Amino acid sequence: MSSRDSILAAVLKNQPPLTDLPDISGFKVPEEDVVEKYKNTFSGIGGLVYSAKNIEAIKNHIRENFDTEKRIVSTLPALSDVAEICSSSVEPQSFEDVELSIIEARLAVAENGAVWLTEEVMGHRIIPYISQHLAVVVYESRIVSTMHEAYAKIADEVYGFGGFIGGPSKTADIEQALVLGAHGPLSMTVYVIK
Amino acid sequence: MKGTQDHATLAEVFNRDEDRVDWHDGALWWIRQKRDRSANLTPQWEELREAASAIKSNVISNLHDYLLQFEENLKKNGVKVYWASDAEEHNQIIHKILSDKNINQMVKSKSMLTEECHLNEYLADRGIDVINSDLGEYIQQIDNEPPSHIVLPCIHKKKEEIGELFHEHLGTEKGLSDPTLLTRVARNHLRNVFMTRRAALTGVNFAVAETGEYVVCTNEGNADMGAHLCEVQIASMGLEKIIPERKHLGVFLRLLARSAIGQPITIYSSHFRKPRPGQEMHLILVDKGRS
Repeated sequence: MSSRDSILAAVLKNQPPLTDLPDISGFKVPEEDVVEKYKNTFSGIGGLVYSAKNIEAIKNHIRENFDTEKRIVSTLPALSDVAEICSSSVEPQSFEDVELSIIEARLAVAENGAVWLTEEVMGHRIIPYISQHLAVVVYESRIVSTMHEAYAKIADEVYGFGGFIGGPSKTADIEQALVLGAHGPLSMTVYVIK
Repeated sequence: MKGTQDHATLAEVFNRDEDRVDWHDGALWWIRQKRDRSANLTPQWEELREAASAIKSNVISNLHDYLLQFEENLKKNGVKVYWASDAEEHNQIIHKILSDKNINQMVKSKSMLTEECHLNEYLADRGIDVINSDLGEYIQQIDNEPPSHIVLPCIHKKKEEIGELFHEHLGTEKGLSDPTLLTRVARNHLRNVFMTRRAALTGVNFAVAETGEYVVCTNEGNADMGAHLCEVQIASMGLEKIIPERKHLGVFLRLLARSAIGQPITIYSSHFRKPRPGQEMHLILVDKGRS
């Protein structure tokens, strides 16, 4: 018998009687201003959050706060005068020198500050992880309260790769001292647009 | 490896230094307090835990069918699936995947299962070098010790000791003990590792039967750096990591980081479903006493 068959046989033999899945539709959240909640949560976990009137305001913020001499990439055509529009058909290693990447979130979650990105909006899977700094554009209408609502929206989405990202990379492995910038970005900025 | 001594023996030595024990207790209580604060701030926390427990009970009671469903979906997604009864078989499978591609270096993110299987030693004996990329595990690896804690692998080490290790292994100046500076040194060193490894292995936090995707959670971004830069991506998981549907991730991701370290969510919760074009993705389902 193959390992597969013997494992499956043992699993079947040892299964306890079937129990039901719980109803998880009852996790409600209090009425709240999700946009304010999102901003507070995200800044509370070491993220930088700015309310931007429009794309033009984001461009100005980027010019003032990031080193535009270095490589900036984006998947947003509207940012093409501050960023290179990235290609998904190149080797991931070619993004090693990216200083800043700018991506539009599909969703953002108020309870934990995380944004939901799929590989289509990333341009290339590696981009939001390898960049020295990450910036994400979040439309207010895309902010949900909890992860339950986030998954209700993601429910049937088809993607090869997707991820929640909830701040700059971090570690506290050395004596519990919080250090921002472990292997991923050193900072994460969210631009919230109406 | 120093870790061949058993826990009781090592604990006895550790406990002789009372100041150090107090310091270590303080570190653990600090984490525990952060967890409690985070739990108290989350509405319906206990209901959430009960729901998670009920989902896991359902998983155990229907694991056979969920495993088949998961396998079928993995295959549809273009992922190669393997089954391993024990550590030896698990390690052999990985060795074969790597040797078929003439790969002799791999980068690994945190995986307690591969610790359980002593994968690194197995591969080292066969000429394959594995680097652990989680900072705490990397520190433990250069000190030739296994992790002492599943979330905080080097919680027992002082920063001065880590500075000494970096001085010895990475050539940093003597006496360096600032956590930020030490982390930067490791970041730069490991970036070069990520850039040059053709194979990367991750653990699995959750495996969704309904979709065939698996989720890997880290704070450092090391799982993603390895996975998205490599041409051969390998994931090892125990059978118990299955959850039935994608929506159940909502329950578990709300609980996981709050319970572990008091964060509202891990920085990275990555959902791997298909290999990227030109990449191979392999997943090994490991029993090792779980069935």
